[in-house]
Amino acid sequence: MKALELVCPAGTPAALRVAVDAGADAVYMGFRDETNARNFPGLNFSRDELAEALDYAHARGAMVFLAVNTYARAGDDAPWRAAIRSASDLGVDALILADIGLLAHARDTYPDLRLHLSVQASASNAEAINLYSHRFGVKRVVLPRVLTVPEIAKLNREIEVETEVFAFGGMCPMAEGRCTLSSYVTGKSPNRNGVCSPASHVSYVDDGDGLTSRLAGFTINRFGQTEQAGYPTLCKGRFKAGSDTGYLFEEPTSLDISTILPDLARAGVTALKIEGRQRGKAYVKKVVEEFRRAVDTAAAGGRARLDLAGLSEGQQNTTGAYAKKWM
Amino acid sequence: MDVMKPDLSLGPLLFNWPADQVRDFYFRIADEADIDVVYFGEAVCAKRRPFLTPFYEAILDRLKAAGKQVILTSLQLAMDGKDMAAIDDMVAMAEDYLIEAGDMAACGKLMGRAFAVAPSVNVYNEGTLRFFEAEGAVRVSLNAELPATSLKALAGVATSRLEVQVFGRVPLAISARCFHARAHKLAKNSCQYVCEQDRDGLEVDTLDGQAFLAINGLQTLSHHYLALVQEMPELVGIGIRGFRLSPHSCNMVKVADLYRARLAGWIDGAEALHRLAGLVPGARFANGFYHGKAGLEAAVPAA
Repeated sequence: MKALELVCPAGTPAALRVAVDAGADAVYMGFRDETNARNFPGLNFSRDELAEALDYAHARGAMVFLAVNTYARAGDDAPWRAAIRSASDLGVDALILADIGLLAHARDTYPDLRLHLSVQASASNAEAINLYSHRFGVKRVVLPRVLTVPEIAKLNREIEVETEVFAFGGMCPMAEGRCTLSSYVTGKSPNRNGVCSPASHVSYVDDGDGLTSRLAGFTINRFGQTEQAGYPTLCKGRFKAGSDTGYLFEEPTSLDISTILPDLARAGVTALKIEGRQRGKAYVKKVVEEFRRAVDTAAAGGRARLDLAGLSEGQQNTTGAYAKKWM
Repeated sequence: MDVMKPDLSLGPLLFNWPADQVRDFYFRIADEADIDVVYFGEAVCAKRRPFLTPFYEAILDRLKAAGKQVILTSLQLAMDGKDMAAIDDMVAMAEDYLIEAGDMAACGKLMGRAFAVAPSVNVYNEGTLRFFEAEGAVRVSLNAELPATSLKALAGVATSRLEVQVFGRVPLAISARCFHARAHKLAKNSCQYVCEQDRDGLEVDTLDGQAFLAINGLQTLSHHYLALVQEMPELVGIGIRGFRLSPHSCNMVKVADLYRARLAGWIDGAEALHRLAGLVPGARFANGFYHGKAGLEAAVPAA
């Protein structure tokens, strides 16, 4: 079986070198601004850093994908156009876009640039994917985390482009690119600003009995003295609805599909995406090394057992929507 | 020069009301509501459709007979064969009705003829708007999170009718997962249609009792009701030509009358907001998105 391509996060130039050295087939990153969906303080690349990253990766046989995957602002799309131009000038291996206006611009202006469709476009069916491939020449689509493995297999028979699926890391319970929860609560929008539940709006209050985490003044969770406190991503807290109190939207878990790698390969998937541009070097090194081993083992017909203990949010893993029971 | 006359529309009913109540609701809208355009169809969950399809013909006939323009709404998120079948059923009626595409799948099926674009399709800038217009979009309902600056820039180049939601809870997210079922400790495929219990969605509070969000099956909505009633003249001024009221269990005929009065300039903004509060007892109103703030904020518009 052909090995799945391993696409790994590069939040910083240091993380990029670690990911490449640990066996990434490709790395992905964004520029240090609102043009990408991980516009967090201390992350991302300048133009010069991207140029150096391309040299480093290409010298070692790894590809570099640039994410320009937020939605351009009406009346002021200059930052997005500049990012796309840089992608072309610097010679990235693929540009990851979500916005139709930007896809049209890239197709018309830089016809040689390879385009991937970001998960932020939320293209979850063959009709949508074929539209992006026929109209904009998209060569690969990153699938939303809403599909089961049989659905992915069926999809791959109905489309002409490659698919890339999320393999490990943070879980969005909502269809990506269709969520304005953060915008509603904090004014910072995933689609417009590349920001979700920003640290600038987070506070923790210890009242002696435990720790309360808040986002923009709203209580997202409360932890007992012995509980490990998680970051208050607003869909991953405990809330009250009717008579139910608990993790209404999503448990604090990480996605981990390592146990179903061979199934995904058989479903026709081309590439696996590791989430975590906001993660440190040690995390990236460990996860990439483990997935390198898993992918190679699967290609040889085996099933690897991964050692990723301690790397998951809430210390729990899920196969998410890939298995129907998640829904 | 823009000569399009502003119109008032009733968005698709987002909640899972019992089918006979849905029928009675639309009959009343047809007979009594001063509304130009009525969107009809299931936008949230394909599982709800079979209950209502026996009433489709009667509802559509009544609305048409009353002189309403009917636009058929399609699902916001298409994942499996059941979802695609629901979209296909709507697209099959494209000869007789304008169809509102809720997902890129529906856009793909409708492109090349006149169609409408739902707020669940991301149109954030002029390039995207131009693409859809070139493919036949004649009416584009914009995402509620767009601030006035974006609306103005889009209206400056639009050849289609641009619409914004001006009343009701705002759809904020859609998921493969059913949060209603989850709150009732049920699986999605054996959900027992528990979303039917909450006519305006199930309110979500924080552990400290702060009013936070509302859930409606696969959909998450704002807790607060969007109310851009004060801003109506300003919206007309920047070129918005469609004003969408999202249905709730309150008296929508009176809500429509109120927005009509405001659109016609018969009442001022403060008076309109005050009267609206009387029509939706207990509701909290917000307009933050339009004013470039967090969506849940209630900003006082500049006079």
